[in-house]
Amino acid sequence: MATIQTADKAGTWVGIGRETLVKWAPLLVLIVLCGFFAAIEPRFLSTRNFARILIAASPALMVATGVTFVIIMGSIDLSMEGTVSVCAVSFAFCFLWLGGTLASWAWLALPFAMLVGAALGFVNGLIHVKLKIPSFMASLAMGFVGTGLAMVMTGGDRIRIEDELFRSLLTERVLGFPLMVYVAGVFLLIAWFIQTRTTLGRNFYAVGGGEDLAIASGLNVSRVRVLGYTVAGVFFAVGALLAVGRIGIAETATGNDFMFLSVTAVVVGGTALWGGIGGVWNTLVGVLIVFVIGNGMVVIGLPGYVQDGVLGILVILAVILSTDRKSISFVK
Amino acid sequence: MYQLNKVDKKFPGVHALKAVDFKIGRGEIVGLVGENGAGKSTLMKVIYGAYQPDSGTVTIDGKAVRFQNPRQAMDHGIGMVFQEQSLITNLTVMENIFLGFEQQFVRFGVINWTAMAKAARHQLRKVKLDIDPSTVTSKLSFAQRQLVELAKVLTLEERIDGDLVILLDEPTSVLAKEEVELLFSLVRELTSRASFIFVSHRMDEVLELSDRIYVMKDGEVVDVVEHGQANIDAIQHKMVGREVDKQYYREQKQHPYDSGKTLVRFDRVSVAGKYRDVSFDLHPGEVLCLVGTEGSGREAVLRTIFGLERPSTGAVAIKGNPFHRATAQEAVARGVGYVPRERKVEGIVNGMNVYENMTLSQMGKYASHGVLRIREEKALAENWIKRLSIKTPDVYKDCGGLSGGNQQKVVLAKWRSGGSDIFLLDHPTRGLDIGAKEDVYDMIREMCDDGAGIVLVADTLEEAIGLSHTILVLKDGEIQKRFDGSPGGKPSPFDLVHHMI
Repeated sequence: MATIQTADKAGTWVGIGRETLVKWAPLLVLIVLCGFFAAIEPRFLSTRNFARILIAASPALMVATGVTFVIIMGSIDLSMEGTVSVCAVSFAFCFLWLGGTLASWAWLALPFAMLVGAALGFVNGLIHVKLKIPSFMASLAMGFVGTGLAMVMTGGDRIRIEDELFRSLLTERVLGFPLMVYVAGVFLLIAWFIQTRTTLGRNFYAVGGGEDLAIASGLNVSRVRVLGYTVAGVFFAVGALLAVGRIGIAETATGNDFMFLSVTAVVVGGTALWGGIGGVWNTLVGVLIVFVIGNGMVVIGLPGYVQDGVLGILVILAVILSTDRKSISFVK
Repeated sequence: MYQLNKVDKKFPGVHALKAVDFKIGRGEIVGLVGENGAGKSTLMKVIYGAYQPDSGTVTIDGKAVRFQNPRQAMDHGIGMVFQEQSLITNLTVMENIFLGFEQQFVRFGVINWTAMAKAARHQLRKVKLDIDPSTVTSKLSFAQRQLVELAKVLTLEERIDGDLVILLDEPTSVLAKEEVELLFSLVRELTSRASFIFVSHRMDEVLELSDRIYVMKDGEVVDVVEHGQANIDAIQHKMVGREVDKQYYREQKQHPYDSGKTLVRFDRVSVAGKYRDVSFDLHPGEVLCLVGTEGSGREAVLRTIFGLERPSTGAVAIKGNPFHRATAQEAVARGVGYVPRERKVEGIVNGMNVYENMTLSQMGKYASHGVLRIREEKALAENWIKRLSIKTPDVYKDCGGLSGGNQQKVVLAKWRSGGSDIFLLDHPTRGLDIGAKEDVYDMIREMCDDGAGIVLVADTLEEAIGLSHTILVLKDGEIQKRFDGSPGGKPSPFDLVHHMI
């Protein structure tokens, strides 16, 4: 409802406060984008096309959701590409070793992959917190370690997962959308639950909103940070599982492109890079914006490489919009 | 030659300068004294151009001037030597001296370092500092850095025609005694080149150095004393002035404390570089006030109780149990609540709503297995909103949008609802209007009646005296004197100032 109201008021921006604008701008951008592409090419609005968008977006949505928690804490996690690769490859090895079909004990490979994700995130967090290395550097380095590890594990090979039950993530459709979209939806709800209903979620906002204050309130900030990276790692693993489910192959390259996509999506969705503001719904909108642009450009027949440029501009616009420049004197 | 006429400056809720007249002649050294919050720093900021006066005029040699920023003030010969050292420590001495004015050494876009070093050496000679101008600043001692700052300001001499006025803000606070002597003799010599405005809380230094002393209180200049007629006692009287209003500080509600029990015990505690040999007991129902100037160690004592500083020697015990591994978490778990001075930074989380802020320190009590019971949180918040009459539309209101007084109430509610019984209040009434202050005073009395112990660092001396059962005066990290503050037997601000400076 509120969206429609804002959209109606679009002609009278003056009457709307800056905060309201910032809050609803991402959704508005999404709606305008959809309208724009639909006007040029009506087939954009078909269920088939939306299913295509959502299939492509689901793995990225999980990765972006994970990194959202870290960004809310005011840190950044750039290890997603490595983590996704390692999780995907570990899953594939474990799955094939245990029987190669979900109908056997091989289903244990699913929680195993999530454990691997959690472990990588945990180590990542420890390195950042205990060794006091800036989060972007610690996580970036961990990401490279992950990519290298995945390469060592596979020796550069691709591992095919041909189990029909597992591939039903993509092949089985309900109401026109494949199962993986619903799986992503469920994990998004779990993320929302963590964000709003758990002490951990509250702590993420407290640390991002004011670390000094969090300390002065007796919170164990180091613990919160490490847990934040761990939770992010689990969501990266879910993203990896969906990515493998989508193409049926696990390899080192499974993790490619997730860094730019997910961080772009989080920022475009309106989560502030310095922490404390935003959440998983913002990330959903951000991911959709990114993938709608990608899909829409193809649908209306623009070359794919234009989309990177458009996304870059969008990131800058999003940050301009969400930054109250009066309150910031120096930017490093 | 430099003159302020009826300069007035208001901030929301504060009348910072009330029709201040001020003048300084060629080659004079003028002292400026006053309590914290008396308006000294606002006055200085007006002088060096960081603030623009709301009304009144600034004249130099009779000509009216108006500075939009410090750079314009510098162009008129007014320079500031900052209290916090304003040198960039990873640059060399000469780069610092000519920071922002490198253009004079630039030829075809390239800096001529030899010329800059030569010019820098010339400046350093003025302050009798014999160091290589290409030394990196972080390698210098504090005293040397202070002199470099002075040299930097003295570059104005070459840049502008006319007279120089140089502000020295607490220049001696980081210096040893001999270094102070050196600085003073240097300043006296430099009066041939410039006039000085000297701000310090060390009264004896101001008396020694200044030709004339302006005494400020509550935004007004209450006295101007000539050198020779100055008398420390008289000046201190003027600085603190007014009578304490008993009603205002809720003295009628001040009850004796329970001396049988001890909440916090400090036994000859020292924190290296902050304070030495501090001992006291805090009892239930007691307001213990730490009085001293900025940097006297009072904040460090608070931070030690809260586990943010680790004692180097001595023992801290909370409710009879020694504090071993001091962390804020352990302090909170033992019932210590901290109300910091920077409310916006450490008191409330902007962007989090009222109930989220209130339960921040005690989320464990409102969660089962990490899942929050938000309904109970809201009930708690509603209850305290009513009890403390916090003005907020509902519990969902972003705390950043509340007024200062209401934010402070939320912070107090956070600790009180969590069952804290040791409160550390650091300037709890700073920036609040009178009504909100009185609310805070009421709450302090109420907490005492509930058996809580309070360690207070007050905003003013009157507040400290009015509120406390016990007053400890600190100076340079040592307890100078302990005063009893029972109603009827309270010391006067003058008694305290005596031991503070």
